[in-house]
Amino acid sequence: MTSLPKSTDKKLGLAIDLDTCVGCHACVISCKEWNTSNYGSPLSDMDAYGAQPSGTFLNRVHTYEVKTLERAAQVVHFPKSCLHCEDAPCVTVCPTGASYKRSEDGIVLVNEDDCMGCGLCAWACPYGAREMDVAEGVMKKCTLCVDRIYNDNIPEEDRVPSCVRTCPAGARHFGDFADPESNVSILSAERGGFALMAEQGTNPVNRYLPPRSKADISGNDQIELPAPALEAETGGAKGFLSWLDKALEKI
Amino acid sequence: MHPAPSVIIFTALSGLGFGLMGWLGVGLPAVSGWSAFALFFVAYGLAVGGLVASTFHLGNPKRAIKAFSQWRSSWLSREGILAIVSLLVMAVYAIGLIFLNQRWQIVGWAGAVLSLGTVFTTSMIYAQMKTVPRWNTPLTPALFFLYALAGGALLAGQTSAAVLLLIVLSIVQVVAWTLGEESFSRAGHTIETATGLGNLGRVRLLESPHSSPNYLLKEMVYVVGRKHVDKLRVIAIFLMGLVPVAIIVLLPNNQFMAAAAVISHIIGLFASRWLFFAQAEHVVGLYYGKR
Repeated sequence: MTSLPKSTDKKLGLAIDLDTCVGCHACVISCKEWNTSNYGSPLSDMDAYGAQPSGTFLNRVHTYEVKTLERAAQVVHFPKSCLHCEDAPCVTVCPTGASYKRSEDGIVLVNEDDCMGCGLCAWACPYGAREMDVAEGVMKKCTLCVDRIYNDNIPEEDRVPSCVRTCPAGARHFGDFADPESNVSILSAERGGFALMAEQGTNPVNRYLPPRSKADISGNDQIELPAPALEAETGGAKGFLSWLDKALEKI
Repeated sequence: MHPAPSVIIFTALSGLGFGLMGWLGVGLPAVSGWSAFALFFVAYGLAVGGLVASTFHLGNPKRAIKAFSQWRSSWLSREGILAIVSLLVMAVYAIGLIFLNQRWQIVGWAGAVLSLGTVFTTSMIYAQMKTVPRWNTPLTPALFFLYALAGGALLAGQTSAAVLLLIVLSIVQVVAWTLGEESFSRAGHTIETATGLGNLGRVRLLESPHSSPNYLLKEMVYVVGRKHVDKLRVIAIFLMGLVPVAIIVLLPNNQFMAAAAVISHIIGLFASRWLFFAQAEHVVGLYYGKR
């Protein structure tokens, strides 16, 4: 049934650090690589070598510029995958029962054998976390690498989502948000982790850690600027430098 | 939203078909025999044709049978079940009228209620979408009802009811368009709330996550043809509402005029339904700096 569970034992999800992310897209590629060869059908590409390549991705990195009047613009790289919402609207709209939220860990999944590819769940998602695979005609979404995190056949350090494992900057953290002592709960509490588009009432599990505020470089006195940008001034010179200054002036 | 032809045909034709069934179910007109056969043939053709068209946009139509299973939570599932039940109940009523010269009025009423219930569930597929503020309003079911009742009245030859309903429909349609303009900003979604970066300053997309359009942009951020919105609205209101009303009120009442009114209404209905999808803005566009 595509009714949502009243509560879930665990709330597995990601804490994504917008301060640390460098926008390298390694998580995008490793997600695609893992998920095209494991759970469900492959993630197809269309016109991959043509003029308008497109394809199915479960994780994408946007890049935003944030600008205030007083300060220089700040660039924020913004990875986005399924937020595994507690009140997931994508699950309840599903007419076939293909979409479901697991009561044990809160992961939102699609049983592809039941999916008729109507696309309604993608309409219901505010975050663009679901993409229809054009080749297979079924809905694809982040599984939180359900086939890694419980997998006894891989080394323990690999039992995290592929995006988390691969991130060279350590910007993605995986854990249980239902446990207040977990790594992600503590990180989110310390850094003021926030939910995306909370006004949609979806109650996402994933949290985003805001970029730390950068040093204010709008006034010249606060940091050392490189020499060419400074005013040409030699009034304070003494001794040899003072003589050199005067000598050069006379030439 | 992408105005997929299959979905436009589905909502427009099945709405007309179930609207006509509503009128036939309550005995307006009180037909029997061959004339009943003709009207039920039209109603079933529209309703079933629309439902069949709706399967054309599916990625895996062979699994469509599973869509009857999730009526507890899914409006799309409820729609499928109610549509089938309506068609079956109306079939009993139609067989009585056509072949047995029997009017089982209770069955007819039940069929009429079920038919309009089907139209309601269709409308709720769209009205439930908080992600599409323009649809997320009671005006969506109101419009779907009025289109079904007015179009059904035209097809059923209920001219005075049709005139009244078409006028109300035209007014509600204009109100819905007008209120729809502000619906997105009223819902309060911005690129700042989407990214959660609003407390740092004004946000704009610096670089898209990919170099060419993806499924999300094609399906949810459809912008083609928006510049013709005003013209299309005028065309829709004229053909769907004013022209049929003028034909009924001003011109002699015969089959050709009735057919002209119906054809005009259907063309206007398609224009308005195209706008219903093409103009609907999905909040996911905010992540792409678009609406």
